[in-house]
Amino acid sequence: MSSPSPVTPRLDAKVPVGAIADKWQNHKFSMNLVNPNNKRRFDVIVVGTGLAGASAAASLGELGYRVKAFTFHDSPRRAHSIAAQGGINAAKNYPNDGDSVHRLFYDTVKGGDYRSREANVHRLAEVSVDIIDQATAQGVPFARDYGGLLDNRSFGGAQVSRTFYARGQTGQQLLIGAYSALMRQVAAGTVELHSRSELLDVVKKDGRACGIVTRDLLSGEVTPHSAHAVVLATGGYGNVYFLSTNAMMCNVTAAWRAHKQGAFFANPCYTQIHPTCIPVSDDFQSKLTLMSESLRNDGRIWVPTTFDDARPAADVPESERDYYLERKYPAFGNLVPRDVASRNAKTVCDEGRGVGPLKNGVYLDFAAAISRDGLEAISDKYGNLFDMYHRITGENPYEQPMRIYPAIHYTMGGLWVDYHLMTTVPGLYCIGEANFSDHGANRLGASALMQGLADGYFVLPYTIGDDLAGLLGQAVVPTNDPVFTEAVRGVEDEQKRWLSINGTRSVDHFHRELGRIVWEYIGMARNQPGLEKALTEIPALREEFHSDVRVLGSAETLNQSLEKAGRVADFFDLAELMARDALEREESCGGHFREEHQTAEGEAQRDDENFAHVAAWEWNGDGTAQTRHREELDFENVALAQRSYK
Amino acid sequence: MSEGHGETINVTLKVWRQDGPDATGRFEVHHQAISTDASFLEMLDVLNEQLNEAGLEPVAFESDCREGICGTCGVMINGRAHGPQRATATCQLHMREFRDGDEIVIEPFRAAGFPVVRDLAVDRSPLDRIIEAGGFISVNTGAAAEANLTPVPKEAADQAFDAAACIGCGACVAACPNSAAQLFTSAKVGHLGLLPQGQAERWSRTESMVEAMEEFFGSCTNHGECSEACPKEISLDFIALMNRDYMKAKIRNRSLAGQH
Amino acid sequence: MAQTTGQRYRVAPVRPRGREWPFPLNLYQSAVGRKWVMAVTGLGLIGFVLIHMIGNLHVYEGPARMYEYAESLRSLGGGLVPQGTVLWLLRLGLLSMFVLHLHSAITLSRMSGNASEKAGRISGAKKYEGGRDHLAATYASRTMRWTGPIIALFILYHLADLTWGWWLGDDFVAGDPYHNVSESLGNLPVAVLYVVANIALAWHIFHGAWSMFQSLGVNNPRYNHLRRALATGVAGLILVGNLSFPLLAQAGLIDEDGRTCPVGEVQGNACLADQASDH
Repeated sequence: MSSPSPVTPRLDAKVPVGAIADKWQNHKFSMNLVNPNNKRRFDVIVVGTGLAGASAAASLGELGYRVKAFTFHDSPRRAHSIAAQGGINAAKNYPNDGDSVHRLFYDTVKGGDYRSREANVHRLAEVSVDIIDQATAQGVPFARDYGGLLDNRSFGGAQVSRTFYARGQTGQQLLIGAYSALMRQVAAGTVELHSRSELLDVVKKDGRACGIVTRDLLSGEVTPHSAHAVVLATGGYGNVYFLSTNAMMCNVTAAWRAHKQGAFFANPCYTQIHPTCIPVSDDFQSKLTLMSESLRNDGRIWVPTTFDDARPAADVPESERDYYLERKYPAFGNLVPRDVASRNAKTVCDEGRGVGPLKNGVYLDFAAAISRDGLEAISDKYGNLFDMYHRITGENPYEQPMRIYPAIHYTMGGLWVDYHLMTTVPGLYCIGEANFSDHGANRLGASALMQGLADGYFVLPYTIGDDLAGLLGQAVVPTNDPVFTEAVRGVEDEQKRWLSINGTRSVDHFHRELGRIVWEYIGMARNQPGLEKALTEIPALREEFHSDVRVLGSAETLNQSLEKAGRVADFFDLAELMARDALEREESCGGHFREEHQTAEGEAQRDDENFAHVAAWEWNGDGTAQTRHREELDFENVALAQRSYK
Repeated sequence: MSEGHGETINVTLKVWRQDGPDATGRFEVHHQAISTDASFLEMLDVLNEQLNEAGLEPVAFESDCREGICGTCGVMINGRAHGPQRATATCQLHMREFRDGDEIVIEPFRAAGFPVVRDLAVDRSPLDRIIEAGGFISVNTGAAAEANLTPVPKEAADQAFDAAACIGCGACVAACPNSAAQLFTSAKVGHLGLLPQGQAERWSRTESMVEAMEEFFGSCTNHGECSEACPKEISLDFIALMNRDYMKAKIRNRSLAGQH
Repeated sequence: MAQTTGQRYRVAPVRPRGREWPFPLNLYQSAVGRKWVMAVTGLGLIGFVLIHMIGNLHVYEGPARMYEYAESLRSLGGGLVPQGTVLWLLRLGLLSMFVLHLHSAITLSRMSGNASEKAGRISGAKKYEGGRDHLAATYASRTMRWTGPIIALFILYHLADLTWGWWLGDDFVAGDPYHNVSESLGNLPVAVLYVVANIALAWHIFHGAWSMFQSLGVNNPRYNHLRRALATGVAGLILVGNLSFPLLAQAGLIDEDGRTCPVGEVQGNACLADQASDH
């Protein structure tokens, strides 16, 4: 099953030469430009209107390109970027605490467990400062101090305060900023807005992306759209686990269908687990809710020392409590990185020391903080989060400890892109969480918003021109071209197929079952037997799905089951690839923890000798295994080292 | 422990079903046993699962983040937008707010500006239309000045944030007896109008947003239902601010703005 | 080439925008502006009602003082303009405020009706078929559209009763308000009518006087909490004052028992004028 893939030619990311700090500056000068008057002769499709998509569409529209923006939501303001709570990093060094572009670059490479591309990360750190300026000018109400200047906080264990925030709603405020910039261009006529339109295929002609096919979610109409370039900004695939902190509609379909058209899919096994989520409470649970990581600054994490302890928290005496993070990591204690905190929670629950009715959580206890700082101080800091917890669980965290458990939160894997953010399909770009991104094997807190906006505002608008300049004078492929009519027919046939299966179980049923397999075997900790098991269970369940799913209704109206059917089908394919990717990556790094590869103390053990590369998978058609390509990662500016939090 | 862990209650659901925008709708009655730990939308998920099993089409309703921030969800529950709990979007409402034997009437948000798409799903795109009319600060990417060049008094920033917290769910319109969208519009007018960055377009923005709003929604009679239904508890004060700014915008001669 | 608004959004405007009228008529074109007009005229009308009520308190000082008060209204403006000119101008102003208030109310309520009730009609439902809860809207705010017409009809009745003397017939004496009031309000059904109408009026003002601040955008967190108190105070004052007339008339406090001047001398009742100046 897991025969190693043949060695394939090294993927070229087209990273510019020169010193790390000069690459982007020099490259901006060396790229081809499109004359301002010629920009209006280029059509660009942007799919997705989250932070990356909205910022890209708005910026391209401002430059004068003819942009078509697509969202499957009812409004471009709904994308899941909106749910990010913590903040956004930028190397502004306002607090004068020693931050710099180089330090942000260094921290991000290290935090990503040395599995990201240095040149991209450095560029990200460089433009981070521009994002703050841009967002502030748009009216994003970042937190301010009493002098009226922007406030910063330290986030996710960072040694400097570089996180800008807007209460606990930073993602919302940044998205509203990008959305309003987008709507301004919509009003100006430079951006066509297509809401409730879901991408169901990417279309190529002569090897180059020339458009997409969408389905109108209200009328069911399937429509081809052509353009000179296509940009996917369609988010991550955390919902392959069914239960995640992602929004209900988040899916991999756009990226996956691009993958099927030749875009390589990189590092699918890099998924991030967030340690502080509310544990599952019932079988029908639809999604998980994240409680901000900041809670770990004041909460103490513990479980009872005894197994199957059913006593309420208050009745467990101090001597029978195991503050396991403080015990194992005296230096960082409760503030160890996300992956470490998560794995340890899993370990104690697997031991049978979990708490709560389903024994599936650990305590996050504020009693000490409340008696130290007073109830009011804690309520000032975390009131909103405590209220949300109370609403969801019915338990009052001021009186009894919160129960938390890790959950899937973000996916570092995604479509492989070069330095220009172009996929392996010419003319097809991928930005934001949907690409394999700058986060390596693990994303630092407050870096997702930074990357989405960097791609959309300050990277893609430059790099796309370099490619488009060569197309001057070429018309788009007409939508009556056979490549489009065929793609449209394919999508229509797919809709009919789902409706005609008429099996016995719902789409959600299969999605939930798939999620159980993926969480069990490709979750927080992976091992060879488990992954091999996943590789037999996933195809079996997929077969059942394709023969026994029941999708009622018609394709001509709003039909949410029908929408989900296609998305879940793609999750099945992705899940299989995740398992293969995890199996082949014989090391532990960041969010990918292979139990076979750990230090004597149970920490992740990288294998830089053999795995300091990106694995990028090439689609070879249905029923044929993908080919694994490699992009070697060179670390010239950051020395490889073992992370330690003792 | 706390109240009602895992307790199961039986409720009678009267759910609005409507096949399409032009179809005639009706109530459908379902009896549902559900754990009080379930969220309201999970209860509808369970109902849909059962409907699907019985060969009946699931109830269409919209939701996405289920964390009360994206604004996708929203239905009328027993005559209240987003249901009985204050400052809570439908997706954050849990079944422990209900008692065994309760009848729960579920209807779509209704307004002529929010036509029903199917069952409980409505089209709220006129809200985007209002933002398109001026709900932005015109600054091209790259044209922004250094962020700390303009200090913003903390109080102003905080108040702007209170308005900016709007999630665009449309509950204000649904709750308003006149289907007015004053709270939504004034939240954006207030957010941008209170910040120094938003001053250049303050008057033109207010004018065009109000006029776009009036193409789709009713007139405000100051009932205050909107603020009460708002999951983010946005204050009516922003409506007053918008009204004042609108009249100023209409009456002032803006070419003289630089003279004082 | 560019996408049109109609292609972008499926929902057509409920109230499509027409050509903009010239300034200042354009203020009245928008609902917010119209609401502003309603607030300004409402403020004027409240002012009138208050002054009218206070002036009428002269009735408790007897026929002579009442006569003098009525005369002073007619001679507003002193010798500068012919007798009654200012009063007529005031009446005209009052009438136009009243008409604007009414017109804005009717048109805005039709606009809101189109934006709300029509929603349900498409699908065969009322706005909320399953009923709805009101959490913030007061009974007063929800009944403005009922109290308004009640007040309008009452004003017509009131004018016909005490200004034009339609119902009193021979008992109506122009220029002798005390007599007319005691005649009219001494009648039980009429007194009941006045009581009902004035409750409606106070009810209307209870919401209107608060709502006015919102519509005009008079808003300052420092004194916002006073707006409700002020509205309640004004409505209460008007209620107590205005209710006193029919109630006390029924109780016998406004009657002609103590009257020394004859009824019936029309313009320039010398006896009443003398009594007033003796005072």
